[in-house]
Amino acid sequence: MRYRVWALILAAALPLVAQPPRGRGGRGGPPPTPEAMSPIDLTGYWVSVVDEDWRYRMVVPPAGDYMGVPMNAASKKVADAWDPAKDEASGDVCKSYGAPAILRQPEHLHFTWQDDRTLKLETDTGTQTRVFHFGDWKAPAGPPTLQGDSVAEWEITRGGRGGPAPDPNAPPQGKGSLKVTTTHFKAGYLRKNGVPYSENAQLTEYYDMIREHNGDLMLVVTIVTTDPQYLREPFIITSHFKKQAANDGWKPTPCSAKW
Amino acid sequence: MRRNPIILSAALVASLSFPALAEIDLSGSWQSKNHEDALERGAGPNPGDFTGIPFNDSGRAFALMNSQSQLSMPERICAFYSQWHLMVGTFGMKMWNETDSITGKTVAWVIGAWEDRAVMRIWMDGRPHPGKNAPHSQEGFTTGVWDGDVLTATTTHMLTGYLRRNGVMTSDQATMITHFIRHGDLLTLASEIVDPVYLTEPYYITRTFVNTTNLMSSGGPPCIPGDEGVPVGSVPHYLPGKNPLVDEMTNLYGIPREAAMGGAETADPAFRDKIKDKFKTPPKCQKNCGGPPAGN
Repeated sequence: MRYRVWALILAAALPLVAQPPRGRGGRGGPPPTPEAMSPIDLTGYWVSVVDEDWRYRMVVPPAGDYMGVPMNAASKKVADAWDPAKDEASGDVCKSYGAPAILRQPEHLHFTWQDDRTLKLETDTGTQTRVFHFGDWKAPAGPPTLQGDSVAEWEITRGGRGGPAPDPNAPPQGKGSLKVTTTHFKAGYLRKNGVPYSENAQLTEYYDMIREHNGDLMLVVTIVTTDPQYLREPFIITSHFKKQAANDGWKPTPCSAKW
Repeated sequence: MRRNPIILSAALVASLSFPALAEIDLSGSWQSKNHEDALERGAGPNPGDFTGIPFNDSGRAFALMNSQSQLSMPERICAFYSQWHLMVGTFGMKMWNETDSITGKTVAWVIGAWEDRAVMRIWMDGRPHPGKNAPHSQEGFTTGVWDGDVLTATTTHMLTGYLRRNGVMTSDQATMITHFIRHGDLLTLASEIVDPVYLTEPYYITRTFVNTTNLMSSGGPPCIPGDEGVPVGSVPHYLPGKNPLVDEMTNLYGIPREAAMGGAETADPAFRDKIKDKFKTPPKCQKNCGGPPAGN
């Protein structure tokens, strides 16, 4: 008798448990794509709000100004030898525009879906492109690049899938985040004045969206750079951007070692 | 003990087929890394550094009149540290929840006090904010709501306090809204100040704290006044146009005064075009330069 009660209850529950994500593919269909699963919509244009670390971001800080960065002695030795003229001469003007530093630039961002499992992030400052790959993506062989290889995944809040229909008026915060892990990038500068990161560094980022009191939509990116060669501990900063209705101010500019 | 299969099965079904509430545990000790705005949060910002602050004229004028020596006045030695100090101060956070003894529900999330910042008690039980004319305090009054797994806290009824610790002030009409976003051992606080008296638009900053197993103490009550020798009846200040420190930052870093004096446009990337030809890169850092500690 007891087993019959169990069987009846579990049989009743199974259809509930097996529900696919609401509105995202039917039973037996292909799994939803990362684009279809996105808990937040990052696409469109965003602009930096530069009210933190202003003098390290809006202008070039003086040589030897390392406040806040958990450097080690090897890092200081490299940074003390910073010479932007030398970088210009060798064609290395983009060293402060690599993946760990690019979201610290004063800039506009443009997110688009390259395809349904690849999110593209372009910046106007330095005219850089980052590509975030979802799913079972394998990085191609080859030398490291400025923006490295980025693997992305959604972190979806419990209840965000298979749960009640989303409230269209609910704010974006708390629905989920984008996590991006980036490796295999060329060595570069965390700050414009030559504070280095090495090719052995790893970057982990979390992209969150929040709706502010006045209706502003903000993108908050928590940026963690780990580098056993040059950092005593992970370098943790947070950059924020405001959503734009259109591409106002979008002005692609080349990298510069001196500005 | 016999287990009731119906109750067990119902629990199983509930756990699988219905979404759990997304509220998450924020309790613990959270270390402040101070990797950004390190000078501002540590020793204190340079005088006359108002970069990125969306000032109106009143806010700027008030900041330029401020003398840090006001902090030596016995009646002001403990003033100015509002809840915003959580975002611009140097310390970590000790956080816990207070629960109803019968239902077990969280009544409030609490961020412990520092010596100079009062406790922040984020009421989660739906109580309203006090009326417009209710008394203000250094602690203010904070309520919270969960948006999925993000806690959003709104603080009102604060006394006037520092927006930046070099004389940039918030008024007692300011509202602070803070989003607590947790990613594993990282807790990011995205906060804004809305102040109709001194700001033209909201001022946003973001900070990330790291969970630590080192027990963090929660000091308080905040601050103990002492006599630092300021004569009774004297209020240290600068008259308009007479602040001798106004160019300290511009001289140190080659930054033009129009940038140092703040305003919403100074936080816009397009502002760089305005100052490009006026900026002069200083040859070498002169003070507060950071770098690795000896032996590292």
